[in-house]
Amino acid sequence: MSGQPVALPRWIDIGLLPVVNLGLALLVSAGVVAGIGLDPVQVITLLVKGAFGSAAGLSYTLYYATTFVFTGLAVAVAFHGGLFNIGGEGQALVGGLGCSVVALGLGDFLPAAVLLPLMVLAAMAAGAAWAAVPAALQAWRGSHIVITTIMFNFIASALLSYLLINWLRAPGGMNVETGPFPAAAQMPGMHLALAWLGIAWPRTPLNLSVLLAAAAAVAVYFLLWRSRAGYELRAVGFSPDAAHYGGIKPRGQVMLGMVISGALAGLVGINELAGVQHRLLLDFAVGAGFTGIAVSLIGRNHPVGIVLASLLFGALYQGGAELAFEIPGFSRDMVTTLQGLIVLFSGAMAQVAAPTLARGYGLLRPKAAGVAAAAPAGGTAGG
Amino acid sequence: MQGISKHFGAVQANGDVNLTVAAGTAHGIVGENGAGKSTLMAILYGFYQADSGSIQIEGRAARITGSGVAIKLGIGMVHQHFMLVDPLSALDNIMLGAEGHWRLAPARTRVRADLLALMADTGLQVRLDAAVEDLPVGERQRLEILKALYRGARILILDEPTAVLTPQETEQLFVTLRRLRDAGTTLLLITHKLKEIMALCDAVTVMRAGAVVFDGPIADCSLDQLAEAMVGRRVNLGRVAGAVAAQPGATLLAARDLHWRDALGVQRLAGVSLDLRAGEIVGIAGVSGNGQSELLALLSGMAAPQSGSLTLGARQFNVGRWLDPCTARAAGLAHVPEDRHRCAMVLAFAAWETAVLGFERWPRFASAWGWMRRATMRRATAEMMDAYDVRPRNADLRASRFSGGNQQKLVLAREALAPETPPTVLLVGQPTRGVDIGAIEFIHGRLRAMRHAGGAVLVVSSELDEILALADRVLVMDRGRIAGELPIAGCTEAALGRLMAGAQAEASP
Repeated sequence: MSGQPVALPRWIDIGLLPVVNLGLALLVSAGVVAGIGLDPVQVITLLVKGAFGSAAGLSYTLYYATTFVFTGLAVAVAFHGGLFNIGGEGQALVGGLGCSVVALGLGDFLPAAVLLPLMVLAAMAAGAAWAAVPAALQAWRGSHIVITTIMFNFIASALLSYLLINWLRAPGGMNVETGPFPAAAQMPGMHLALAWLGIAWPRTPLNLSVLLAAAAAVAVYFLLWRSRAGYELRAVGFSPDAAHYGGIKPRGQVMLGMVISGALAGLVGINELAGVQHRLLLDFAVGAGFTGIAVSLIGRNHPVGIVLASLLFGALYQGGAELAFEIPGFSRDMVTTLQGLIVLFSGAMAQVAAPTLARGYGLLRPKAAGVAAAAPAGGTAGG
Repeated sequence: MQGISKHFGAVQANGDVNLTVAAGTAHGIVGENGAGKSTLMAILYGFYQADSGSIQIEGRAARITGSGVAIKLGIGMVHQHFMLVDPLSALDNIMLGAEGHWRLAPARTRVRADLLALMADTGLQVRLDAAVEDLPVGERQRLEILKALYRGARILILDEPTAVLTPQETEQLFVTLRRLRDAGTTLLLITHKLKEIMALCDAVTVMRAGAVVFDGPIADCSLDQLAEAMVGRRVNLGRVAGAVAAQPGATLLAARDLHWRDALGVQRLAGVSLDLRAGEIVGIAGVSGNGQSELLALLSGMAAPQSGSLTLGARQFNVGRWLDPCTARAAGLAHVPEDRHRCAMVLAFAAWETAVLGFERWPRFASAWGWMRRATMRRATAEMMDAYDVRPRNADLRASRFSGGNQQKLVLAREALAPETPPTVLLVGQPTRGVDIGAIEFIHGRLRAMRHAGGAVLVVSSELDEILALADRVLVMDRGRIAGELPIAGCTEAALGRLMAGAQAEASP
């Protein structure tokens, strides 16, 4: 019974509030930028221009966003099942391992049309398998999934190092990485795909994985809100007791949620390895698994929100890189600061502005509030 | 309080409410859930600010901006759900926030001395050194009252104080409250139990839909008048006059010698056997925590016993192959759990999603490819809402946004209507907890209808009135056993209360 219940209309809650939060973050960022003696307007203009102002910039933004969509969706699916999957990083690494093994092992024998789908399946299966172990530990032995998935990130990283150094490294190579994937195992770049359609596009890391990410977002929506599996997963996530009452087996749901989550995280390997690096190397996920947590948080664990949040983060990565290049004295650390502020305002402090908005809404529309009162009051009187 | 109004978003919780309470009297505030009585008290205690209106305490205008201000003004509140820190001692709980010294030892010494004097004055006896989690519910409540008085409360707000008490504990509480009132404390009693108002209060205010509909001294009104004012129409909550006597038929459910220990090894059920026959309502009475919840869990398949057996229709279940909720449902057993919010519904789901919980795999709702047949589900929910008068009739509204009574009607509707064939056995825990009078009447009617249709109904309730109004025979549970069985003829609240409380006295030597 602390504070007043805030009932905001939907358009404010999911439309206006995030914009206000973003605005507040930019405002504080502007202050920080001004504090180090730079012109905030120039910096923010450059950031936006760098991220969206050119075909190349936009491509980079979308390329970064692709990875974040995968890890963000991974976090969201687990979250709807009441599970906090911190292991996206490790699942991404093992997923990359899975698709690389297929690429290197079968790449010389199969055409791309068969090989690429196989690699996608392998990445998903490997990520899923890596997530299944902590899931099983939680379901049958009660080990907390937050702890185990964090641990499994380190194990995945160590496993990848071990396998690369001792088994997979290209003979005679200086770097800890495999030899290049055969041509059939390379996800076509967007410039190639668009050239085939007759559109000229600059050569960037953006590849067809972006379509896979879009498909994954749609699939996750249908899974969570249209399928029975998603219904049961959400029931367990919201209320394990009610799910038990309904006859839903919680163990199965823990496994299902984590396996799907791991499979989504595993797809990072497709974008980064099959799409860009064309080889398996150490720590290619560069923290995307953890960024996925912030992406999912800001995107309210909804595929649409996650796609938007991924674009935001992609833009920050790309625009930030541009900034660091264009303005001497604007270091990568400053970019990280801006990202941190946005996460702070859109994630951790997302509801801070809500009471103010509610009050403002109440002042603007007292009539509407009064008239609508009749209907709910009549409803409660009966029962 | 003058002209108090309060809106929450679009809902008017209080509209121009006037409330005058004379010092040193007991004043009852009654109304159905959502009538605005809790909001009014929350405004008085400073949880909410009124949109308009004014408050005068002891003749002086007061602006109560928080509970701290309310406490300074001499207002104390005893919440329905106790605000106590379970692992701390009773003494520490009272001291919490009013230590008066930065070192705890001298603070304890002083507070203890004050409390001993206060306990002697008021007759509120509490073991100060026992941890709260070890105290029985009645004693916890005395502790809450003591806590408020220690903070200087001259006006005491009690929110549904008897909801968790046995009849005997209630009587004891009333003795204490009368004594406090006679010593000059003003009491504000929020309740939906009209009998208690009649027994304790000097004056009463009845609220409905955010407004005061009756206000006057208790001597001027009868129970029926109050009930009518509360609901806005005549209600009948007692036994239906001229009801047909039970014609029990075949045994539909038979449990034999159920034993169950919880995870800590405490014996919760020690050899319970019972039969449910077609066409009867069996009531289970007892002080909360004597195994009723566990019995429901076992019979509905939500938990499995360590020993015992169960026959459900033609099927036999033994330890090792106990029924689970799915099997139970498939065998025609419906279950309305005691804890509606925790078990019976997913509060964050839309009404239609909660209205298919447990039935989502049934042929009528399941598509071959594992998709939810949302149109069918929404249509079924709309039918349930029509049949059970669930308001508002909005299948897309969040389950948590319905009032307690409407939630319960939705759950009952699901259990009765979601399966293709009506269930033959219905287990109901606390059918009307947190449900207002109008809905109670409706729900009772549905349970009786189920019995007339040849179903077997088991009602577990902590409300003796309810047991007496519904049951054909009554079982009293005590410490995991069936302590006694009474046929409804000649069964009185006093007789049941003696059985329940006598058993309790034995339990705590």
